[in-house]
Amino acid sequence: MAQTRSFNPYTENGGTILAISGQDFSVIAGDTRQSEGYSIQTRYAPKVFRLTDRAVLAVNGFAADGNMFVKKVKQRLEWYKHAHSKDMPLKAIARLIQTMLYAKRFFPYYVYNILGGIEEDGTGAVYSFDPVGSYEREACRAAGAAQSLVQPFLDNQIYFKNQVAAPGTTHPAHLPLPDVLSIVIDSFTSATERHIEVGDGLEVYIVLAKGRDLQDFEAIRARNVHLTQELTVTEDGERIFVMRLDLKKD
Amino acid sequence: MFRNTYDSDNTVFSPQGRLHQVEYALEAVKQGSAAVGLRSKTHAILLALKRSTGELASYQQKMYRIDDHIGIAIAGLTSDARVLSNFMRQQAMAERMIYNRPIPANRLVSSIADKAQVNTQEYGRRPYGVGFLVIGFDKTGPHLYEFSPSGNSYEYFAMSIGARSQSAKTYLEKNFESFADCSLEELITHGLHALRETLQQDKELSIKNTSIGILGPGGAHETGITAQGNFRILEDDKIDVYLQSMVPKEVEAPTVTVPPPAAGDDDVQMGDN
Repeated sequence: MAQTRSFNPYTENGGTILAISGQDFSVIAGDTRQSEGYSIQTRYAPKVFRLTDRAVLAVNGFAADGNMFVKKVKQRLEWYKHAHSKDMPLKAIARLIQTMLYAKRFFPYYVYNILGGIEEDGTGAVYSFDPVGSYEREACRAAGAAQSLVQPFLDNQIYFKNQVAAPGTTHPAHLPLPDVLSIVIDSFTSATERHIEVGDGLEVYIVLAKGRDLQDFEAIRARNVHLTQELTVTEDGERIFVMRLDLKKD
Repeated sequence: MFRNTYDSDNTVFSPQGRLHQVEYALEAVKQGSAAVGLRSKTHAILLALKRSTGELASYQQKMYRIDDHIGIAIAGLTSDARVLSNFMRQQAMAERMIYNRPIPANRLVSSIADKAQVNTQEYGRRPYGVGFLVIGFDKTGPHLYEFSPSGNSYEYFAMSIGARSQSAKTYLEKNFESFADCSLEELITHGLHALRETLQQDKELSIKNTSIGILGPGGAHETGITAQGNFRILEDDKIDVYLQSMVPKEVEAPTVTVPPPAAGDDDVQMGDN
């Protein structure tokens, strides 16, 4: 009887990520559960990372590849800063990610990337990638274990698909920040209910364009003061805030 | 007399036990425009004089950021400086990737010193023609190092390299005991005074020809500096406020030279009593 031995270089670590862009902001979120099969490896493993003051990258799929990929992207951004004395613009980071992913076309990073942040013209942006670098700018995208639960919800609530506006009105092109945050949180609480690989905790990164009025954000922050932290240092550039919320642990 | 026969090969000692090629490399450093480094208990700073080829030309860059916690000022061959600073950046990034920590500054300086030493002992290779002043921050506070193409590196409280750097050294030697407790602004003023000493007669420090590199918490005139005080380079308009803080150079009185006593003259010199 022949014995076949094999080594599978990849595994699925579960979890879900989501990003939604607004007129002058971008929200990038991910749950913090890391699993393998029916086991939970850890209840807190971040999947969303700050790259620059205006770019945030969420990675989902195979955690080892995801974590390493983020480190390599950060190194490339550091070289750019050395050469040009400034941060890389968002659309350039998106293109860079494509070339880095395609460079391993024949032994890919098993990672679904979502890049969110503020473009050079001050608009909120979301870029989503497949494991070998195919990418596109969108208004919103969900990826990971609960993608099939969340993306249809976003299609309805963000793109207003299969919805007709009230007579005499049109659907808004962009949603305000409080609405977007509610949609993000509801997406994750609902995904947690019905998908075993989603839960434990939620990290929401909010990237705000330079000079944007912060009143709507301050109202949200006031309700969640102990859960919110600022990552940016100055007040005169883009601002990045992180909100950490609990999700059900079962 | 023997210098010429022993000075073209890197791998040949002179009868006096010297490596002339290495010494010529040190000359290249002395030809570069001046750079000054000094530190206090809380900050380490670099100041450099930028050179330009003429009125129409831009000024040569003298400072490089290596990592959040390390910066360098160069004197000598700029092309060699680029290559070595690139190597330093690679080392710093590799340390963060492999060991998940910022590279200790003394270790980084040792690594380029070792690299430079190779070029002083291999046939066919020439020594690097650039010297560095390196400032770094670690758990024990701010540090300043000098790197030279001989492969030597040393830590200092204050140091200067490049053209007419001895004049700056004299100022630093006179004042260094007060540096430890200086504020950032006071430290920069000291550094600018030291740098000014290296200028030729008709030149002065301006926002165009001066660079300041700073490590440590943000000063009174700075905004948006991180808590650890990441390395930043100040140039152009940002420098003006610090140049204004300098004590104006005294107008020199015409010097009266006292003739030295003639050799073998036993006359008693009448002086002030």
